[in-house]
Amino acid sequence: MSVASFTVPTVTHAATSIDGLLEKVSIRNLDFFYGDNRALKNINCSLYQGKVTAFIGPSGCGKSTLLRILNRMYDLYPNQRATGHVQLDDEDILSPSQDLNLLRAKVGMVFQKPTPFPMTIFENIAFGIRLYERLSKSDLESRVQHALQRAALWEEVKDKLNANGLSLSGGQQQRLCIARTVAVRPEVILFDEPCSALDPISTAKIEELIDELKDDYTIAIVTHNMQQAARVSDFTAFMYLGELVEYGETTHMFTTPNDRRTQDYITGRFG
Amino acid sequence: MVMISGASSPLYAKRRRRNIFTMGLSFVATGFGLSWLVLILAVLLWNGFSGLSLAVFTEMTPPPGAAGGLLNPIIGSLVMTAIAVAIGTPIGMLAGTYMAEYGRYDKLTYVVRFINDILLSAPSIVVGLFIYEIMVAQMGHFSGWAGAVSLAVIVVPVVVRTTEDMLTLVPDTLREAAASIGLPRALMITKVAYRAARAGMITGVLLAVARISGETAPLLFTALNNQFWSTNLNAPVASLPVVIFQFALSPYKDWQKLAWTGALIITLAVLALSIIARLLTAQRKSS
Repeated sequence: MSVASFTVPTVTHAATSIDGLLEKVSIRNLDFFYGDNRALKNINCSLYQGKVTAFIGPSGCGKSTLLRILNRMYDLYPNQRATGHVQLDDEDILSPSQDLNLLRAKVGMVFQKPTPFPMTIFENIAFGIRLYERLSKSDLESRVQHALQRAALWEEVKDKLNANGLSLSGGQQQRLCIARTVAVRPEVILFDEPCSALDPISTAKIEELIDELKDDYTIAIVTHNMQQAARVSDFTAFMYLGELVEYGETTHMFTTPNDRRTQDYITGRFG
Repeated sequence: MVMISGASSPLYAKRRRRNIFTMGLSFVATGFGLSWLVLILAVLLWNGFSGLSLAVFTEMTPPPGAAGGLLNPIIGSLVMTAIAVAIGTPIGMLAGTYMAEYGRYDKLTYVVRFINDILLSAPSIVVGLFIYEIMVAQMGHFSGWAGAVSLAVIVVPVVVRTTEDMLTLVPDTLREAAASIGLPRALMITKVAYRAARAGMITGVLLAVARISGETAPLLFTALNNQFWSTNLNAPVASLPVVIFQFALSPYKDWQKLAWTGALIITLAVLALSIIARLLTAQRKSS
């Protein structure tokens, strides 16, 4: 888990104090291809345990692509492949022998659009728990309650657990999806623009939630909203045209970025 | 220079006239098509309704000149339809599931879809002849089983098509969400995708039932007909469409009357199925 000796030709690392931090996910020399199209170019960065890492950059820069590598979501589709090294602790995520279901149980994901399953609120949460654990009814119920509490949704739904998950509002649906993800007890949670379909109040709730969750999980978030990145993240990675331009501590990135392009982007000059 | 507002410009007026003209043509065409449908239904109701009585559902098909009902063809049709659906639905659903889920990007799927579309629009008499060759000719006699299998051959492509279409409508984001909690693919399909597509898939089966309940040609070559009460599927079995065909072509007034009644029964049954199918689809959209 130590930072191996590697070359980082395209990345200008900001001066970060990463002492005492545990590198949970390490990404080294990562390339990604949609068919022949090279969408990610030699990406190097890390996700640290208990920290939030934000990926920012203009549309099409590869933020979501990068996120979807970390749980091998791209594997659902043909003609997509990743080369390089991505490790979760000591485990090689990109290994062909990697058990994708176990990987995804460890690396959860929350999507841009809320995606509740077509079942009751209770079942939405219980479903994932039952996949990996055989619990008694009361244990299951308390696990569901706990997950909903973690997602700050319990108070709103405790009297209608048997209502369809799709009957909730957009913001509630998104928190239901977070509860569903948390219920499986992942180690890493990936947020792919989780607030882009939500109103400001729901957005604030989700951001608060991310802040609460980070103590127990390693979090990565892709966002179009730079203020959001500044608010929720400890580390920020700026991506542009498939390259990781700059990566470092959020405070540093937003005050004194090393790269001209980063500065231009965060000051709104392009993108 | 005087500005001409968009709404009063000559160009707009011309477009408006053309719009009204096209709309008028559309109405006329719709009315023309619908009027025939209404006419058919009206004649059917007029001729069939008066023959509707309890005896139709309790008595066997009569010899010419005697009183009787349609019990044996009704039961024959129900039994053969049920067997056809029991055989055709699992095959169709599994194939449709393969095409929409596992093999979405495979060449095999394109080939199967192409052949399935041919089968979907193949004349049903061809299906009848096919089953005649492989079952009736081999067994040496007409049978209810052969009738049921020929109907099943018609069910399969309908169910394959609707299953594939309905599963394809399930958004990929839902599949990704299922995958994101570590759900194996088989469970993702059975617990999430099927659930999201359930109403549409059931609709497909109902439409298949509606389609085969009026089929005559494949049954003529396979189940043939039976004037008497028989539940032996190894022997010829009566069915409503074939009885309608036979009775309607006969010179006997009471047989013709029964044919009208039989036609009305099938039409009402298919109508009921279609309405149920519509309601299910509407439910899916609103949920």
